Amino acid sequence: MANLREIAYKVRSKNAGPFWLTVDIFCGSVAAFEQITMGLSTERVARAFGVESATIKRFEIPSLNVVKFSLPRPAIQGAINDRDMHGASWAALLSEVSLN
Amino acid sequence: MLKVLIPSGALGLNYDKAALERGLAMKPDIIAIDGGSTDSGPAYLGQGVSKYARSSTKTEWHGLMEARAKAGVPLVIGTAGTCGTDSAVDWLLDITREIADELGQKVKIAVLRSSQDPAKMVEAYENGRISPLGAAPEIDAETIASCSNIVALAGAEQIAAAIDTGADIIIAGRTTDTATIAALPLMRGLHAGAAWHGAKIGECGALCATNPQSGVAMIEFDDEGFTVSPMAEDSAATPHTVSAHMLYENSDPFVLYEPGGYLDVTHAKYTALDARRVRVTGSEWHKTSPYTVKLEGARVEAFQTVLLVLLRDQRYVENAQIWADDIHQKCCAKVEDRMGLATDDYSIELRLIGQNASFGALETNHAQAPEIGVLAIVSARTQALAEEIGQMLNPYLLHHPLTQEEEQPTFAFPFSPASLNRGAVYGFCLNHTLSLDDPMDAFSLEVITHG
Repeated sequence: MANLREIAYKVRSKNAGPFWLTVDIFCGSVAAFEQITMGLSTERVARAFGVESATIKRFEIPSLNVVKFSLPRPAIQGAINDRDMHGASWAALLSEVSLN
Repeated sequence: MLKVLIPSGALGLNYDKAALERGLAMKPDIIAIDGGSTDSGPAYLGQGVSKYARSSTKTEWHGLMEARAKAGVPLVIGTAGTCGTDSAVDWLLDITREIADELGQKVKIAVLRSSQDPAKMVEAYENGRISPLGAAPEIDAETIASCSNIVALAGAEQIAAAIDTGADIIIAGRTTDTATIAALPLMRGLHAGAAWHGAKIGECGALCATNPQSGVAMIEFDDEGFTVSPMAEDSAATPHTVSAHMLYENSDPFVLYEPGGYLDVTHAKYTALDARRVRVTGSEWHKTSPYTVKLEGARVEAFQTVLLVLLRDQRYVENAQIWADDIHQKCCAKVEDRMGLATDDYSIELRLIGQNASFGALETNHAQAPEIGVLAIVSARTQALAEEIGQMLNPYLLHHPLTQEEEQPTFAFPFSPASLNRGAVYGFCLNHTLSLDDPMDAFSLEVITHG
């Protein structure tokens, strides 16, 4: 199956404050939005990020063809075990997940 | 109708001068800009300093002080100096005085301070006034007392009090991203949902439009909604760019909590007025009680020493993880033996740049790079301890062999000395609210006439 980055127009990740991470998937078309909402489960995102799926908030926004995931930051921003101050690279990790 | 001109997402990020002029020609009622956020990390709050260069800040603030004088309207900045502590506010106040002297401006400056005394916050905690937000760390009175800086985020009420002084320039400490923009429309009794929603859309300047680097945006507020217009000629706001901005750095794209209530944009309607401007209606503001403000705090978590070494030999690149794990085990044993430290007293981490430094065990792409940078991070209770552990680690990073049989290898240190002392490492330790009887209880307002 195709990777998320081959289907989505753009995937970005950012901090939403020091304690939350948010990932926005801009699908780019209705077809891609449907393919991604069907093919990318919250459990799959949780596995990629090494977190419990119950901690992830999922938003599907058809008016924008966007799927958004927000979760408590795997490490608090700037903590000794944090590797990415702005939460920038999580998008790249998720982009390489294959869709169901 | 009320117009708020927003020069850019933050002072220090630059703005398009021609676009600013175009905005001034539209006769704004106020010029509002943000000065920071937590996004750059805990060190700025922990130290109470700005992330941006003083000269960049001064150049841009100079331009805005000239624009203010020309427009004859207030200029307001929130979260001055990246973190919005009193020290950062004083830093910008000093720059403001310097510019006023250079321009020969006589200005009335309102200074809103947001720093909190940790001892008073301990008292508030013990009185049940401090409550956790989602994903807040566990805290106790000691956590609060140990913060080097705590700030409360001012909302529209505190900014309104500063505007009410009739000041030309308002320098506010930590403020929510939206409050400097929402305050004046709310003071004029315009639509509250539109005031907050328009403020959220405008808080990053032209980031809600195409050509986001141009910076300058105008938000026009009225009794029913608001209109977004980017000011650069080659920048356009569309229903898509505007509504998509609610996603940006927000954990919830529909609901935004602010002091005194929350914004709900679930039923907002985004309509293109023409190719460049968007009209938004249907945003809702819900008041909540008691009145709360958010707290941010940072404290010293450790002291660090870091080293960087480069592996280019193919055999070592292929076996970098085994090499790093072996060094970790041997060096920790030596630290505990020679320095008498316990496992909890320090940490050594070796991140393999080019292999899995971004995600460690979560990495799924195992393609091999031609070289690997090994970033060694030593954390300990004092700088002296971290430095000494770094010195113990140094010979391993330089010469550690994969096997005992081979000739002693040497790897590439890019610097001498090979280690860098990072100093104190700060951590964010509060994600909490503070309830207040009066919005000004945690803030102070001072009016200064300069020149």
